Amino acid sequence: MLSKRIIPCLDVKDGRTVKGVNFVDLKDAGDPVELAWQYAQQGADELVFLDITATHERRGTTLEMVKSVARQLNIPFTIGGGISTVADAEALLNAGADKISINSAAVRNPALIEELAKAFGVQFVVVAVDTKLIEGKNWVHLNGGRLITELETENWIRKAEGLGAGEILLTSMDHDGTKQGFDCLLLDKVAKSINIPVIASGGAGKVEHFTEVFLQTGVDAALAASVFHFGEIPIPYLKEELKKHHIPVRI
Amino acid sequence: MIGIINYGAGNIFSLCSALERLNIPFGMVNTAAELDSYTHIIIPGVGHAGAAMKKLEQTGLVEPIKALKKPVLGICVGMQLITAHSEEGDANLMNIVPVKTRLFNKDQGIKIPHMGWNNIEHKNNSLFEGVENDAQFYFVHSYFIEYNPTFDIATANYGMPFSAAVQKDNFYGVQFHPEKSGIAGERLLKNFSNLKQ
Repeated sequence: MLSKRIIPCLDVKDGRTVKGVNFVDLKDAGDPVELAWQYAQQGADELVFLDITATHERRGTTLEMVKSVARQLNIPFTIGGGISTVADAEALLNAGADKISINSAAVRNPALIEELAKAFGVQFVVVAVDTKLIEGKNWVHLNGGRLITELETENWIRKAEGLGAGEILLTSMDHDGTKQGFDCLLLDKVAKSINIPVIASGGAGKVEHFTEVFLQTGVDAALAASVFHFGEIPIPYLKEELKKHHIPVRI
Repeated sequence: MIGIINYGAGNIFSLCSALERLNIPFGMVNTAAELDSYTHIIIPGVGHAGAAMKKLEQTGLVEPIKALKKPVLGICVGMQLITAHSEEGDANLMNIVPVKTRLFNKDQGIKIPHMGWNNIEHKNNSLFEGVENDAQFYFVHSYFIEYNPTFDIATANYGMPFSAAVQKDNFYGVQFHPEKSGIAGERLLKNFSNLKQ
């Protein structure tokens, strides 16, 4: 049976891992390559690196960091942040990234999803979506939640799937950093409405939140940062707990 | 020493990194003559099977590969290339293992691509020596190799049983990515490098 994936997310800036509360007040949580290796040892199923400053400050992702990670890591990883062309993506592929994640660039130029899928296959293309609930509707936001768009979240995700997204990484900006649990309502709606894997993101604070999101929604993976970085939830313990609830995991 | 078929279908950085970590020496095969320099051959591959086959044909390596008597391992799309045909691009492939590569059926309530860690049942083949039955490997693919008891050496289940690994004589194929499959994957690569000619 296909396992539900546990994905630590390493937000990186200047080659160091950071994680903000609601994307503000950044804290330093270590060296990304070392953290990545530790996570692989602990049983993480996959890793996501997001260069959170890349879009905002137009900084490209550090290819050297990606290469170092690929040399040491025996599990797959995704890299996102500042990817706006096929050439950006190809450089990351050649540096050893298994998947790339695009966010703002896909919103500004949806054809990019199609171009990337054609060039490298849908399995390479993760479309990351940051969403906020405003007056009962979910809207896609850009630049780490700073900028609202005219796209309704569920519509945009269906469109992205149609264009060739291989996976959706859905972050609720309302839940992110709160540690109050994932947005199960939205995640379940989204997971049911598309036929590609969905990664839940935003709000993980304790083990029960992971149990909830896998039991109550059809998501394929759950992503978190600070609860892993600061050792609040050890991954082996998390997986044992999920297994007790008959959630398929890799141990 | 392992020779990696270098035909431009996908990235091989991760595969090379895995072999480096395992201290398994390797080099690149660009021409038929270079096949002779290696004891074992890996056919990597990511992306579109039909497009990958075209690229492989352009290298002129198809017939020389088919004639090999040394151990050959196809990984992911590289595995699909050793089958007869793929529904992806309706492509005729190398037909070393006479089975078909087919598209997963989304009507079975499964998501496509099949992406993530899935367990396999293996049949005590040397390729899986020391790998626990039920071990999990990392898969990422939308097309699969139909189950055929003659060639199947490991089975996975996604909507239906399919071949996670096949063998015919000296030709092996694995649908998952051993270079991304943690310790189990590293063991498999080591086992392949130890297969006798």
